[in-house]
Amino acid sequence: MNPPLNLGTLLTDSITNTLDVSLPLFRPELCLAATIVLLLVCRMLPVLRHADSAVVALGGVGFGLWYAWCDLKSLPAGGDLLAGRQELFTGLLVYDSLTAYVRLVILGFLALYIVFTRVSGIPDREDGADFYALVLGASLGMCLMSAANHILMLFMAVEMASVPSYALAGLLKGRKASSEAALKYAVYGAGAAGIMLYGLSLMAGILGTCHLPSMAVELAKVAHVGSDGGGVMVLSLGGLMLAVGLAFKLSAVPFHFWCPDVFEGAAAEVGAFLSVASKAAAVALLLRVAFGLGVPAASLGVPAANGASAATLAALGDTRHFMVYVVALMAAVTCTLGNLAAYGQTNMKRLLAYSTVAHAGYLMMGVAAAIAMAGVTATGTRDAVTAVAFYLGTYVFMNLGAFAIVAVLRNSLRSEEISAYAGLVRTSPGIVVAMAAVLVSLIGLPPLAGFVSKFLVFSSLVEAIASGAERPLMLVLLVVGGLNTVISLFYYLRVLKVMTFDPPPADRALEPFPLVSVPGAVVTGLVLPVVGFGLFWSGLYAAAQLAGAFAS
Amino acid sequence: MDPAASLTQPALWPLTAIVFLPALVAAVLSLPIVPRGRDEFIRWTTLLTTAVVFVLSVWMAWPQLFGAAGPAQFRLGEPGMQAVVKLPWIEAFGIEYLLGVDGISLPLVVLTTFLSMLAAAASWPITKHVKAYHVLFLLLETGMLGVFVSLDFFLFYVFWEVMLLPMYFLIGIWGGPRREYAAIKFFLYTLLGSVLMLLAILMLYFTSDLRQLSPEQLLASHVVSPALDAGVQADAVRSIKDARAPVHTFNLLALAQIGQLPDSPFAAARVWGMSLEKWAFLLLLVGFVIKVPVVPVHTWLPDAHVEAPTPISMILAGILLKLGGYGILRICYPVCPGAGLDFAWLVCGLGVVSMVYGAFAALAQKDFKRMVAYSSVSHMGYVMLGLGVWSAVAGQEYRWDAWAQGVNGAMFQMLAHGISSAGMFFMVGVLYDRVHHRNLEEFGGIFNRMPVYSGLAIAVFFAGLGLPGLCGFIGEVLVTLSSWNYSRVLAVASAFTVILTAAYILWAIQRVYLGAEYKGPHGDHLTPITPRELSIAAPLVFLAILFGVAPQILFNYVTPTVNRQVETLADWTKRVHDAPAAAPAVAKVGADSAAR
Repeated sequence: MNPPLNLGTLLTDSITNTLDVSLPLFRPELCLAATIVLLLVCRMLPVLRHADSAVVALGGVGFGLWYAWCDLKSLPAGGDLLAGRQELFTGLLVYDSLTAYVRLVILGFLALYIVFTRVSGIPDREDGADFYALVLGASLGMCLMSAANHILMLFMAVEMASVPSYALAGLLKGRKASSEAALKYAVYGAGAAGIMLYGLSLMAGILGTCHLPSMAVELAKVAHVGSDGGGVMVLSLGGLMLAVGLAFKLSAVPFHFWCPDVFEGAAAEVGAFLSVASKAAAVALLLRVAFGLGVPAASLGVPAANGASAATLAALGDTRHFMVYVVALMAAVTCTLGNLAAYGQTNMKRLLAYSTVAHAGYLMMGVAAAIAMAGVTATGTRDAVTAVAFYLGTYVFMNLGAFAIVAVLRNSLRSEEISAYAGLVRTSPGIVVAMAAVLVSLIGLPPLAGFVSKFLVFSSLVEAIASGAERPLMLVLLVVGGLNTVISLFYYLRVLKVMTFDPPPADRALEPFPLVSVPGAVVTGLVLPVVGFGLFWSGLYAAAQLAGAFAS
Repeated sequence: MDPAASLTQPALWPLTAIVFLPALVAAVLSLPIVPRGRDEFIRWTTLLTTAVVFVLSVWMAWPQLFGAAGPAQFRLGEPGMQAVVKLPWIEAFGIEYLLGVDGISLPLVVLTTFLSMLAAAASWPITKHVKAYHVLFLLLETGMLGVFVSLDFFLFYVFWEVMLLPMYFLIGIWGGPRREYAAIKFFLYTLLGSVLMLLAILMLYFTSDLRQLSPEQLLASHVVSPALDAGVQADAVRSIKDARAPVHTFNLLALAQIGQLPDSPFAAARVWGMSLEKWAFLLLLVGFVIKVPVVPVHTWLPDAHVEAPTPISMILAGILLKLGGYGILRICYPVCPGAGLDFAWLVCGLGVVSMVYGAFAALAQKDFKRMVAYSSVSHMGYVMLGLGVWSAVAGQEYRWDAWAQGVNGAMFQMLAHGISSAGMFFMVGVLYDRVHHRNLEEFGGIFNRMPVYSGLAIAVFFAGLGLPGLCGFIGEVLVTLSSWNYSRVLAVASAFTVILTAAYILWAIQRVYLGAEYKGPHGDHLTPITPRELSIAAPLVFLAILFGVAPQILFNYVTPTVNRQVETLADWTKRVHDAPAAAPAVAKVGADSAAR
């Protein structure tokens, strides 16, 4: 018998919980929100009108980063890793090691990103406040994506991340291509969101709850009792529709069509934001959904399994099986199509867009391995999530580096066509070496960070094979991943070929791009970690292992 | 291990310097402080660096030359790993900075440093982007040396891949007319091989379990450093043995020990109906034979060799091809002995096919350099045959000495081919620098115009031909003899190839050097050999003669290690492969060690 409901106690409980538990763990997001307000206020006050919005944004992000770093550091390393898990705001959000890690990645990226955009000068003084408010707003949504524990929150977070992105895509106001990109993005996004919302409501309707761990318990009951015909069917349909929404955010095939167009139309700076931060958040959300729905809640430290027995919870195996197939299939197709489509590109941003698509495929391979090993081997699951988390960490530098170079070159060459880069090595060897490091890292060759990421993802696939989890499927993924690495060589290398082998165009009047300059320093600062994490990756791996702990 | 103590390992700095000194100099050269115009300075710095590395490697290999032998130097006659360096690198995966040399790797290291030095000297005619060229050249040297000395599979793979990019640019920027095609083809082939290798590495890693090894084996494979105190050793061994989950490893020596266990997990695990051991062997083999190269994956070689500038052709033929053979010998056979036995026909067959095919293809060439390139395919076939033959006699009459003969022959052939092929490419390059064509039909009469050069060139070509008294002979004859026990057909085919080799080389000599008068283009540029060229050619000719007359110099290094590896594997064949019925005693030992 429940104690009689007392509005007063309920309210007090809720307030204490919010103040004592939720808000302290929500500090990074609060910093972002406060910075957005500050940015907008600065515009209105005549005294602060001339404040540099990049500095304001950087300051706010710095605070957030500091809190996120403290949160990650205070996670118990080793020992009981689930002890750090907390449900915030009555279960709408969840705080655990994955939240902490992904938040740190997003905020760390944001700090680098603000510095880079300030230097590359795409938001001019006029637009600065708008631009940074939009970027921070989208990032706030992305942080929430990584922490979503409730499908309402999930939808809100996705929308919050998407809507500012649509506006960002149209940032270059005078350019037709930019407006077209924004419109295309918005229309695609709205469609995908609609489908996802429909799927979510189907699932919530059948399962009777919106709280992900509780949904898992209900799902187990449905699966355990067996199909009553319609229920499972509707649930699968709902799941697939949810997958559509996630695939859109991940730019996974066949929901990737927006990606090259938007990247080509929008400024390189916006492409960098969409390809890194948005991807990190989407992958985290995919992990959230997959593990939220597919892993027995009891093992995630939720005590109330609503009376579901262990046998009932074991029935979630079928759910995972279904999810592995969806994710793995999408990963294989995404990776292959992304790499093949990148061949014919003549525009560097379009090429990087397809490269982003391909890398989403590699990331999803890691997610597939993680889901496959859930319930089979705990260390294996953890390793796979670690691999994905590590990949995200290095991807920040690889892709931000690539886009930064594109932006810097655009500023001096006035072009983003690959052919415009011809013979660049003659005049600016430094930038070509930086580009080589980034692209070779994207291919995945040692001793660069991209190799380690790929190595970890492949090793989690092999671990899944060795432990007998979804073996044939994982073997297929491994082969597909290996072949893709080889075919991706062509288009990345072609860029380097143009930069080094080809003679420079006769009509280029280009002052050599010195590496000893502010943009040069930014590029160097972004590229050095690509080499550093390729040689000494113990530290980043340890941090990623914390993220992996969420699944064990 | 206490990191402070491990920095005092005797071989740490010598071996690290050999591997990383070129990369370090490359990094310094690439800085903007070195102005781009000072080509002469960059050339001399590079030559000096490669010379220092060469002297260091000789210091390791031949201590007597430098007075008393230190602990980091090589002790002749000891078969095991020497000068082992062990530092933790990535602890989460047990990846180590584990280096060491033995009788198989040390001669190849010295060959690498020696040829790199000569190639650096041969790089003087390079006038385009001198700075970039030398930076890439030095990086390439680091990659090659790193592969030969790494004992950690991950580290091995990293070095293996580090070679790719410098080579791509060296061919693609400084090469001949079809350089871009040749460069991408080289890169693509090798990358395909390395991805397959990576898959095999991961498979082996996740199947390996150090707990299966006995404490002695753990010490022998340097998983637990034998240099530690007994108490620390015992603790380290116990922590491995007491682990609750399998302890995976990238340590190549430990993987070999695990692969040769009677209850090897590699043989037990199955993937798609075939044992993991066989998968790993095949994947690794493909990765390595692409480098060797073997028909039908050899097609990158003629293009790359022909298009590459002369010094890079020397490196390609002299060293890069050896990496494949070294990998097969060091990794494929010891780690996957069962698969090695089962696929002996494949390795031998591939060897003989490339031998014969390469020789016929060389006969058909009109381009001098292309002919030399195909001769490499043919000569490396002997290496494959020699390596493959040795595990094949099991089940028949049991003769490990015949196997050892084959492997020793293969090793010798690798070293000899390193000398002779680098020499041949250099000789072609000397001519090309003068007359700017390589058409065999348009040569003739060079001997009259450049007598010293022609004499040296003919000596080098005879070494390639396998004339007795020159280095090419020993390896071929040993391999051919040993293959007789395995398959007479193959032995006859390989002996027959010698005739084909003689045919294409003699015919080439006749067309190029003999004849009355040079009638081709640029005849007036046929100046006598310069002192710089002479100083590159003479050492090669000298070594070709020396190793032909006194092969013992090399065998002293090679034989102890090769013989012990072959003996161990012969013993393995008898113990595990041929006598599963008589295995209870062995199985008991295995169970004991597993229980421990």
